[in-house]
Amino acid sequence: MSNTLTWVEVGPAANIPQQGARTLQTETDRIAIFRTLDDQIFALLDRCPHKQGPLAQGIVHGHFVTCPLHNMVFSLETGEAQGPDDGCAAKVECQVIDGIVRVGLTELQAGLRHAG
Amino acid sequence: MNHVTAALRTAKARLVVIGNGMAGMRTVEEILNRAPDKYDITVFGAEPRVNYNRIMLSPLLSGEKDFDEIVINTPEWYTENNIHLYSGDPVIKIDRDRKVVISKSGTETEYDQLLLATGSDPIIIPVPGHKLDGVVTFRDVDDVDTMLGAAAKGGPAVVIGGGLLGLEAAVGLQSRGMDVTVLHLAGHVMERQLDPSAGYLLAQELERRGITVITEADTAEIVGNEHVTGVRLKDGRMIPADLVVMAVGIRPNGRLAADAGVAVERGIVVDDVMTTSDPAIFAVGECVQHRGQCYGLVAPLFEMAKSLADHMAEIDTDGYTGSITSTKLKVTGVDVFSAGDFSGGGETEEIVFRDAGRGVYKRIVLEDGKIKGAVLYGDTSDGGWYFQLMKDGEDVTELRDTLAFGQAFAGGSSGNPLDAVAALPDDAEICGCNGVCKGSIVAAINEKSLTTLDEVKGHTKASASCGSCSGLVENLLAATLGGDYQAATVKPICTCTDHDHDSVRRLIIAKNLKSMPAVMQELEWKSSDGCHVCRPALNYYLLAAWPGEYVDHGASRFINERVHANIQKDGTYSVIPRMWGGLTNPRELRAIADVADKFEIPTVKVTGGQRIDLLGVKKEDLPAVWADLNAAGMVSGHAYGKSLRTVKSCVGQEWCRFGTQMSMGMAVELEKMTWGSWMPHKFKMAVSGCPRNCAEATIKDFGVVATDGGWDLHVGGNGGIHVRATDLLCKVTTDDEVKEYCGAFIQLYREEARYLERTAPWIERVGLKHVQERVVDDEANRKALFERFMISQKTAQIDPWAERASEGVDAHEFTPLSMVAAE
Repeated sequence: MSNTLTWVEVGPAANIPQQGARTLQTETDRIAIFRTLDDQIFALLDRCPHKQGPLAQGIVHGHFVTCPLHNMVFSLETGEAQGPDDGCAAKVECQVIDGIVRVGLTELQAGLRHAG
Repeated sequence: MNHVTAALRTAKARLVVIGNGMAGMRTVEEILNRAPDKYDITVFGAEPRVNYNRIMLSPLLSGEKDFDEIVINTPEWYTENNIHLYSGDPVIKIDRDRKVVISKSGTETEYDQLLLATGSDPIIIPVPGHKLDGVVTFRDVDDVDTMLGAAAKGGPAVVIGGGLLGLEAAVGLQSRGMDVTVLHLAGHVMERQLDPSAGYLLAQELERRGITVITEADTAEIVGNEHVTGVRLKDGRMIPADLVVMAVGIRPNGRLAADAGVAVERGIVVDDVMTTSDPAIFAVGECVQHRGQCYGLVAPLFEMAKSLADHMAEIDTDGYTGSITSTKLKVTGVDVFSAGDFSGGGETEEIVFRDAGRGVYKRIVLEDGKIKGAVLYGDTSDGGWYFQLMKDGEDVTELRDTLAFGQAFAGGSSGNPLDAVAALPDDAEICGCNGVCKGSIVAAINEKSLTTLDEVKGHTKASASCGSCSGLVENLLAATLGGDYQAATVKPICTCTDHDHDSVRRLIIAKNLKSMPAVMQELEWKSSDGCHVCRPALNYYLLAAWPGEYVDHGASRFINERVHANIQKDGTYSVIPRMWGGLTNPRELRAIADVADKFEIPTVKVTGGQRIDLLGVKKEDLPAVWADLNAAGMVSGHAYGKSLRTVKSCVGQEWCRFGTQMSMGMAVELEKMTWGSWMPHKFKMAVSGCPRNCAEATIKDFGVVATDGGWDLHVGGNGGIHVRATDLLCKVTTDDEVKEYCGAFIQLYREEARYLERTAPWIERVGLKHVQERVVDDEANRKALFERFMISQKTAQIDPWAERASEGVDAHEFTPLSMVAAE
């Protein structure tokens, strides 16, 4: 799997607010990159499986995010919906090296933007 | 042998007292109590009158007392006790070799024992002009006479010094009709007795009474030719004054002693039995320095007097070991108490209790489990108790949980809340709303076999109004029924905590919690940083509790309040500019049309709140959209917030042939006053210009309906899922009343409702009567609520759009990340 990912840098982790998120537009969709209170970085597709709510706009608490549209809660670690709700937000690989956030894009996501 | 002793006894020792003030005469009284025939007593006083209670100068100035009422010892008392009094004839020299004192009139009086009670002098700051006519100190009856003379003419007065005495002088002069400004060098008034919080409350109260308080005011000069005309500060400010009172402090008066070669440092140096460096000379009161301390309060003087009297009556004594002092401000209607060292820091801990509603502040500083100091404002009834615990050095560890609530709550041995209620006296008030005391509740539980909170509510009305005492009532049930009682579980805010909304609100204030981490730490949150349910609630509670102080936590707000627009189902936003009272004009409409064109906004809709909604704005475009709207003079309509939304109006008397009042004007005024305020939930208002009520004011949170003679004020309406017509709060006549009641009602809602509770369910829960009692019946409380609302508005009325459009606030919200490199 990892050999199919294209890693891109999106700048310092400090540019993402604590208990907050910012987005990255790819060729095919938008990625939400979260920073938690304990300064860990996670990424999910910015699209709630329920009604496509922008997860990056939700409230970040612990290693979870609450969708701003209907308050479904998702694990940032696995993308899985919490509590009685079913569903899974798509997890995106990411890492922090020397304070710089890197996101692993699929070939489709990287697409022409990467090439161009 | 016996004969000789008897003969010696009849020859009384000659005691001369210099100083006819409180310390000297208290000592004489104490000696007379112990050994009435031991001394032949002569008293010299500089003032031409009998001894009076100097600490009553303030009531004398304010007119609450007259001179006769503050006299301690009448001329008859001196005669009855064979005391020779030389009043108005100060001693000017002590000849220790001949054991003689010489008075100003030339009288020489021999002594065997000499008592110095020369008191202290007011400090005069030697600024230019300090000798002008109209510049006085506040030390004796003559000063009061001068002040009263000035006050009779009215006009401006300046008091230099915002300490105990200065403030008492200020209040006294103000009550005599002068326009008073207090100049104080330190950052807050009474800084030696009060911490900044209590100083702030006190300054507020003084300002409320019409006294101007200027802190960090350094006097440069007292201005005037012969008579004072004003005071100039070092920063150049000029404050006009016909009277200047210097009340910057006192200095022990040790001149006579020093001239006679008795040891004097800051004050006359004495040992534990008040003996000076000359064994025949004693000293008491403000003139002495004991164990390095000088005192300017009355309690230590009395303690010194007792020790010295014991010693002089040859009664075995431990002597005077120094005083722990406490202070009370003698201003009617202002309760301030402080004692001990309340500076905090080091190994100390503190317990803080605040009740903004009652204007109460209590701070108790503990060290090693003992009270080290206390500051009380607003409710000083337990001052004596804290002071006693402090003086006794009692370990208060076990009282700690309830210490801030005072003696009535103490007595339980474990700090267990059940013990605390069990220890309450029967007449302790449990339910403040309905005035139900413990005894009635316990009696009802026993006699009527009550077992649930609801039954107690039903039978006694306790906790039936605001409900904030329901915890206490439950504890009473548990304490009365023992194991038979199963407490109804309170509903926690969320799974992050066991606390319910009401408890959290109260604890935020009681424990002085001022940040999200502080709340979560101190209230033992079970998650690291809460969740989407509790964080917005806490953010609101903190904002409401500490206006101007708490910094809003954006990450704890729902997206709409974070980006100041309404998220829509497709992730775009809607933007609604404010239209005051539903009024707009061609310029605003053009700007809205231009914005809609420029940003290709797909939908433009008129809302139910009489304004225009721009739907489908892309998040990245928000700052630019706002910038254009700002440029046309429009600000955020807060259509997205738990805050004041709209004030809907009909055209009213301005246009309508039926209108009885100017409803558009009123709507605009109310909206200008209330916009920007954060609330537990959204808040809508409307103003109708006649009882036909075209603005539908009776389904609003606060509705105003004009009548012939004034306005009907309605509250608690809602047009949502559960339609609820308003309750009539009251009728008022003037426009100013409408605004005051409106602000007060909003503030009560802001302070008492739970987060996300609209006014309708809130009023259903606490009852209309509860609201009326606080907003309508109790004028003082209404004004206090209104004032707190206006204070919080000072920091709330900042247009969030302008901050983001032109000042770059939260820029990260509106710009996505981009790929800066790829491998």
